[in-house]
Amino acid sequence: MEWILHPWPWYIGGPLIGLMVPVLLLLGNRNLGVSSSLRHICAACMPAKIPFFQYEWRKESWSLLFVGGIVIGAYMATGFLSANEPVKVDARLLNELQQYGIINHDKLAPTDIFNWPALLSLKGCLLMIGGGFLVGFGTRYADGCTSGHSIMGLSNLQWPSLVATICFMAGGFIMSNLILPLILKL
Amino acid sequence: MASVNNNKRAHYFRFLLMGILFGIIITKTEVISWFRIQEMFRLQSFHMYGVIGSAVVVGAIAVFLIKKFGIKSIDGEPIVFRERKFNKGYVIGGLLFGFGWAITGACPGPLYALIGDGVTVISITLLSAIAGTWVYGLLQNKLPH
Repeated sequence: MEWILHPWPWYIGGPLIGLMVPVLLLLGNRNLGVSSSLRHICAACMPAKIPFFQYEWRKESWSLLFVGGIVIGAYMATGFLSANEPVKVDARLLNELQQYGIINHDKLAPTDIFNWPALLSLKGCLLMIGGGFLVGFGTRYADGCTSGHSIMGLSNLQWPSLVATICFMAGGFIMSNLILPLILKL
Repeated sequence: MASVNNNKRAHYFRFLLMGILFGIIITKTEVISWFRIQEMFRLQSFHMYGVIGSAVVVGAIAVFLIKKFGIKSIDGEPIVFRERKFNKGYVIGGLLFGFGWAITGACPGPLYALIGDGVTVISITLLSAIAGTWVYGLLQNKLPH
């Protein structure tokens, strides 16, 4: 059982993520998807008479329990199912990141750029606040995220989900290779 | 009435448990890692492609079997699949989300998971994502779809 403490390889984790599709369908009759939880939070906390947020969000409260579970699950995985080793990172990437002052890879997120004091810098704001805004705006505009489109939508052979997934990837390639380096140099 | 409430509570408890399971899996598989996401978009690692690819294969087989044999949910209901209707938002929103994914190294699931993982500042990123969703709701009628 030692293996469970180390990062799981793709051929273990991928199929397990895929199994979440039938698990949610059979145990809850729900289609896997995470980003809609953000909409329900808006509808519950600040609907502000915006038509998009006028619906019975309480009927969707399963989604809020599901994401609450994600927080707890991640806490358990890190606290009790981990050997606390640094994240293994490709040497080419490590090399590139070094020039931006990103050296620490003890955690899953690069804490050299994602930390509380960095929120006061332009770079930190662009990364943590700007990036988050794009995630929330983009997923709602695209009506789904990696779980709803790329896993659930593709599993259900929905071609619009394939288009969405290709656009997620295209946006990621452009940002990661062309724009992000400029932000990290700030 | 009490038993109805208990049933409802048990029903909701299931979703909490499934969320915990999902949170453990995505954390241990490191799909919530900024480093893995950068490697994916720089073609420096097969990991994320393997994860998403094998997840879709398993998910698709499961969906096929559920449809073929008309399997019902544990509560005896016929399973409802969400059909997708294309609009331009899938492209524009998809690209914008791709930008955000590459910057934060996180899609919405990982945003929640990273908070549990102990990177507490990501709660600000999550709040910003909620704000982004809110602004979409505000502008929805003015945006091309």
